[in-house]
Amino acid sequence: MARNKEALLLLLDVGPSMHSVLPEIEKVCSLLVQKKLIYNKYDEVGIVLFGTEDTDNELTSEVGGYQHVVVLKDIKVVDGDIVEALQQLPRGKNDGDFLDAVIVAMDMLIKKFGETNKGKKRMCLITNAQYPIKESYKGTKEEQVTTIAKQMTVHGMRMESIILRGKLSQDANKGIMDENDRLLNIFSKETSTRLLYVDNPISLFGALRTRNITPVTVFRGDIEFSPKLKIKVMVYKKTSEEKFPSLKKYSDKAPPNDKHATRDVKVDYEYKSSEDPDKVVPPDRRIKGYPYGPQIVPISSAEWEAVKFKPEKGVKLLGFTESNNVLRHHYMKDVYAFLPEPGNTKAMLALSALARAMKEMNKVAILRCVWRRGQSNVIIGVLTPNLSDRENIPDSFYLNVLPFAEDVREFQFPSFTNFPASWLPNELQLEAADNLIKTLDLAPHGQQEVLLPDFTPNPVLERFYRYLELKSKDPDAAVPPLDDTLKKITEPDGDLLLQNRAVIGSFCRSFELKGNPLKKSRRLLGGKRSFSSVDVEGNITAQPANLIENASVKVEKIGDLTPVQDFEALISRRDGPDWVVKAINEMKNKIFDLVEDSHEGDNYPKALECLVVLRKGCILEQEPKQFNDFLRHLCNFCREKKLNSFCDYLASEGLALIPKTEAIDSEVTDDEARSFLVKSESKVV
Amino acid sequence: MDVDADDIFRDDEDDPDAQHSLLEDESSKEYVVYLVDASPKMFNTTCPAAEQDQNDETHFHIAISCISHTLKSQIINRSYDQVAICFFNTREKKNLQDLNGVYVFNVAEREFLDRPTARLIKEFDHLEESFSKSIGSQHGVVSGTQENSLYNAIWAAQALLRKGSAKTVDKRILLFTNEDDPFGSIKGAVKSDMTRMTLQRAKDAQDLGISIELLPLNHPNEAFNVSQFYADLIGLEGDYLVDFMPSATNRLEDMKDQLRKRMFTKRKVKSLKFTIVNGISIQLNSYALIRPTVPGAITWLDSITNCPLKCERTFICADTGALMEEPITRLHPYKNQNITFSMKQLSEIKRVSIGHLHLLGFKPLSCLRDYYNLKPSTFLYPSDEGTDNSMCIFIALHRKMIQLNRFAVAFGGSSSRPQLVALVAQEEVIQSGSQIEPPGMHMIYLPYSDDIRLVEERYSDSSGMVTKASDDQIKKAADLIKRIDLKGFSVCQLTNPALQRHYAVLQALALAEDDIPEMKDETLPDEEGLARPGVVRALEEFKTSVYGDNYDEENEHNTGEPTEASKKRKANAEFATKECENYDWGELADTGKLKDLTVVELKYYLTANNLPVSGKKEAIITRILTHMGK
Repeated sequence: MARNKEALLLLLDVGPSMHSVLPEIEKVCSLLVQKKLIYNKYDEVGIVLFGTEDTDNELTSEVGGYQHVVVLKDIKVVDGDIVEALQQLPRGKNDGDFLDAVIVAMDMLIKKFGETNKGKKRMCLITNAQYPIKESYKGTKEEQVTTIAKQMTVHGMRMESIILRGKLSQDANKGIMDENDRLLNIFSKETSTRLLYVDNPISLFGALRTRNITPVTVFRGDIEFSPKLKIKVMVYKKTSEEKFPSLKKYSDKAPPNDKHATRDVKVDYEYKSSEDPDKVVPPDRRIKGYPYGPQIVPISSAEWEAVKFKPEKGVKLLGFTESNNVLRHHYMKDVYAFLPEPGNTKAMLALSALARAMKEMNKVAILRCVWRRGQSNVIIGVLTPNLSDRENIPDSFYLNVLPFAEDVREFQFPSFTNFPASWLPNELQLEAADNLIKTLDLAPHGQQEVLLPDFTPNPVLERFYRYLELKSKDPDAAVPPLDDTLKKITEPDGDLLLQNRAVIGSFCRSFELKGNPLKKSRRLLGGKRSFSSVDVEGNITAQPANLIENASVKVEKIGDLTPVQDFEALISRRDGPDWVVKAINEMKNKIFDLVEDSHEGDNYPKALECLVVLRKGCILEQEPKQFNDFLRHLCNFCREKKLNSFCDYLASEGLALIPKTEAIDSEVTDDEARSFLVKSESKVV
Repeated sequence: MDVDADDIFRDDEDDPDAQHSLLEDESSKEYVVYLVDASPKMFNTTCPAAEQDQNDETHFHIAISCISHTLKSQIINRSYDQVAICFFNTREKKNLQDLNGVYVFNVAEREFLDRPTARLIKEFDHLEESFSKSIGSQHGVVSGTQENSLYNAIWAAQALLRKGSAKTVDKRILLFTNEDDPFGSIKGAVKSDMTRMTLQRAKDAQDLGISIELLPLNHPNEAFNVSQFYADLIGLEGDYLVDFMPSATNRLEDMKDQLRKRMFTKRKVKSLKFTIVNGISIQLNSYALIRPTVPGAITWLDSITNCPLKCERTFICADTGALMEEPITRLHPYKNQNITFSMKQLSEIKRVSIGHLHLLGFKPLSCLRDYYNLKPSTFLYPSDEGTDNSMCIFIALHRKMIQLNRFAVAFGGSSSRPQLVALVAQEEVIQSGSQIEPPGMHMIYLPYSDDIRLVEERYSDSSGMVTKASDDQIKKAADLIKRIDLKGFSVCQLTNPALQRHYAVLQALALAEDDIPEMKDETLPDEEGLARPGVVRALEEFKTSVYGDNYDEENEHNTGEPTEASKKRKANAEFATKECENYDWGELADTGKLKDLTVVELKYYLTANNLPVSGKKEAIITRILTHMGK
C-alpha cells in the first residue's frame, strides 16, 4: 500500500523580502499537504524554514553554524498538525541562506532514511534567491554546490526549486541573483529536476505540484514504420483531467452516535420485466439489445465477441503529412507522450532525428494505435514533435487523437462574406479590434507568459480542499469565496485593463450603438413577438463601463466618431415614442458643437454631413419645421459668432430649407427654401 | 407619403427575407416520400452506367437500389425520419385516395409513412423480382384517357405527407424518373390542361411546405431535358437551371455510397454570452462539430421473451440495511473523519463565475502547445439573437485574430468544470463548392497545471546520457518523411472500423442476412506503398545512419541495462518455472483436481508457459486445459 510513499521536505524562505508572498506560499503548501492527506496518506512531510530569527536544527548543535535555519516540523506522516503549521508560517527577520537549509534538509533525510527509500526522497525549495550564500571554506561556491548535488544523487534525493522573480521579488542585486541562478541550476542539472521561475502568485500556485501521480505506460513496444523499421517507445499520458473528487453517498439512517457506522449507501440495480413488475430477471437471463430503426435487435455478448472488430495490438505509421492538414480543433482527447525506451540510445536517436526533421519540414505523422491486446477499437492520431532544449531530456513526440469520418458533423454556417454590409466591420472598427488584440497581450515579448496552463492551478479544486479543511474543524462552515489570487484566472486582469484603457475605450466607442437586431422578427411577425432579448443585447453596450474613459457616453447619445450612423440608428428605433425627437435634438446639439469647435473650418464637412442626414430624417419623420427652424437658428447663431464662413459653405454646397413639396407640413415654398442661404449671405454683405 | 419607418435607413443589400433564412435553423426531422416512375420506359436496359461498367442496369433498378442504400443508412443515421415508397404509372393501385396508377409499397406493422423498419428494407430488397407480378408497370399519360398519373402521384404523396407540422418537420418528395416530357404523347388542349393541373398540384404541395426534388435518370443518347417540363414543376430558374443536371447526377451518386453514419441535425449546444471588455459583450451559440460517435444506446432485454427490461435502482443503508430515498448528502473521508456536504454546497463550490465566457487576453498561436488538450473542441458562431453590432465585433475580432496569428484566452464558466479556454479563429474553407470548415471560432479547453503530467522529466532519472540526432541523421529522416507522404490527408477521410463493423453486424442480424459483409479497415497502413523500392531504400538508409549495420541485433536485445522491474519479472518467471515442475499437471487435469489448487499455484503454470495470468480462477483453469489440449 505504501509502496509509493515519498518523503518530502519543504524548504521555505521566510526572510523579510519574502513576507509579501508568504500568504501565497502558506496556501499552496497547505493545499499540497491536504491533498496528501487524501491521496497519499502515508507520505511523510517535514518543514525547514530559513531566514528566521531563531536557529533550531541538529547540525547547529552538532557542528555549529547553520544560523537562522529552523526545522519547524520534523519528517513525519502527514497530519492536520502539518497543515496548520503551514497555514501560519512565522515571519523571519534575516536574509536566508538557501544552501544552509539544503544541507540541513539533506542531513535530516540521511539520518531518517539512510540508504532506504531511494528515489522517494524529495526536497522542494521556495525562495527568491536574492541574497548571497556564504563563501565556502574551500573551493568556489560552484564546486561546493556541485559536491552537494552529487551527494544528493548518491542518496537518491531530488530537489526542485521554485524561484520567485519579477513582481514577486523586490529589486535586488542582479549580480547576486545571477550567481544564485547559476548555483541552483547545478542542482537542477545534477539531480535532473525542475528549476522554475515564477513571477506572479498564480504561477506560484501552479508551479508546485500538489499531487504526485506516478506515470504508467499506456503502451510499450514498437512504432512500426514498416515491417523492417521499428522503434522502441514508451507511451504515457501527457494530460489527464484531475477530476473533482467523487464523493460517496451519505446515509443518515444509522444512529448519530454510532462511532463505527460506515454511513455508506449501497446502490442496487434490479432489472424487472415490463409485463410483470414484481419479477426480477436474473443477470444470466438478460441480453443486450441494440436499436435498429424502431426495432431492438438482441445480441448476446458471446455473439458479439465472435463477430466484433478485433484489431491487432501495435502502433503503426500511416504516413507523414503537412502539419496544416490537421487543424488544432480536430484534437479529440487528452494527449499522449511518446518517449524512447529508456536506456535505448538508438531509439532515442531515431526519434530525435525524426522529430527534428519533422519540425524543420513542418510535417506531422499519422499513426494507427491499438494500445492493448483485446482492445475493440483503433485510434488514429497525429504525432507532433516535441523538441527538448534541455540536455537531460530527450526529444519526444505528442500524440493527439483525431476524429473519424463518423465523428465529424457537417453543419453548415453562413459565410461572413454573404452578410449585408451593416453586419460587417468597417476599417475603423477593424483597427480598433487590431489594437485591442495587440494590447491585451498575455505573452508580451521578453516577459513570462501569463496564465500558462502548465502553471495555472484549478481554482475549484483549491476551493474544495480548502473547504474540506474548514469543515473538518467546523462542520457548519460556509463555502469560502474563491481565493483572491486564483480569482484572477477567472476574470480579466485589472492592471492590464487599466494600462490599456485608452485602447479599450476607443474599441468600445467604435462599436457603439447600431444595435439593430439581426432577426427582423418584429417586422416579419407583425410585432407580436417581444423583442426584449434583443434590446437587452443592444443595451449591453450602454451600461456604464467603469474602466472606459468615456464612461458618460450612453447609447441614447450620438457619439463623436460616427454621428451620422448614430443618428440614423436612433431615429429608426421604434421601441419608444421619444426617439425621433430625441435623435433630432441630439443631432442639433452635435451640429452646434461641431460648428463651434471648428478650427478654420475643419469641422464644416462633417457638420454638413450631419445637416444633410438631419434634413433627410426630418423629411421622413414629417418634422420639416424642426429642421427649418434649426437651420435658421444656426445661421443667426453663426452670424453672431462671426462664423459667416459656415453659412457660405452651406450655400455653396446647396443646402436648403425643407419646402412644401418635400414635406407637406412645411410652410416654406420652393423658392424660399432655395434662396434662404443665398439671401442671408447677401444681407450680410 | 407612405414609408415604412423601419425601412428608412435600411441598406439596399439587406433584404429581410434573405436575412431571415440566413441564420435560420433547420428543422429536426424529415418525412420523405420516394416517388418512383414505374413506366415501361424505366425498364429499358440502356443506361448511363453502362458507359463505364458494362452492367445492363435499368433505370428502375438504379432508383430501387439507390433507395435501398439510403434506407439502410437512414435506419442508422436518422432512424426517426419517416419514409414512404410510392410508385406511379403502375397497373395496380394502392393509396389513400384510391387513385389510379399509384401504388404505395408497404409492409406489415407499419403505416404508409412511417419510420423505416428492418422488414421494410428486407422486403424492398426483394421487390424487384416480384414487381411485375404484384404491382406491374403501365404507360403513364397516354392520349385518349383522362388519367394523369403524375398528378395522381403528387397528390398521393401530398396526402401521405399530411401528418406533422411543416414547422418542425422537413417534408420532401424525391421524384425518380427518366421521362423528361410526361405529357409528350398527347397534344392540344388536353396537354396544356394536364400540364397546368399538374403544375398547380405541385405548387399546392409546395405551398404546404413540401419540397419536391427531382432525381432525373439520364439516357445515354438523349439527355434529360429539365426545361421540357420539370423546371416549372420544381421551380428552377436562371443559373440553377444550368447547374441542375450535373448536381442532380452527383446527388444520385452520393445517395448510393452513403456512409452509415449517425446524422445529427444542426442544433446548438447552448447560448453563451462572451464578455469582451466591461460593457461590451456578444451573444454566441456553441455547436458540437466533432464528438466521438458511439453505437446507439443499448437496452436490456429478457433473453427468453425479448421484452425490454426496466431497471430499478434502490438505495440501501449499509449500516442498517434500511431502504432509503436517494440521499442528498455526500461525504468525503478526511483526517479520519467523514466530512459531509450538501448538494447545494457542492454546486456552490463549483460555481466560479456566473458570466458565461470572459475574455482575458490574447496570445500568439505558437503558445497553444500540442499538449494543451483534454476533450473535443466546441464551435462558436454569433447568435442571431444579437444585433448587427455584435456581429460586427465578432467578425472584426475573427478577422484580426487570423491576420495577427493570435488566439484569445477566455475563462468559461461552465457549471461542470469551469476552465480556461483558447478561442481559435477559423477561416471559412470551401472546397469544390461545399463548406469544409465553417467560419467561426473553435473553443479549445485548456488543461490546468494539475492536469499536465511531467512525463518527459520523469524520464531523465532512469537513463544516463541523452543524445540528440546529428545533422546527417536528420537529413536521412527528412528523406524518409518525403517518401512516405500522405498527400492531401484530411482528417475525416478515415472511417471508424469498429463502428462500421458494428453497424454491419447489426444490419446482418436484423435483416437475417446470411453473412456479414467484410468491411475494409481503412486505418491500416498502405503496405504496398511502403514496399516500393524508393521507400524501402530511404528506410534502409535511415536505419543505417541511426542503428549502424546491426539493427536487428540491437533491437532484439536491449542495449541498455535491464531495469529493476524487468529483473524482477525474470526472477519471477524463473521461480514459477521451478515451482511449476513440482506439480503433475497432466494428472491434476485428468482427475479434475485443478480446482483444488490455489490461484497462486495455478499461475505458476501460466507464467512458466508464458500465458496470460489474468482472469478468475475458472478462466485460468480453462486456459490451462486449453493449453494442454484437453
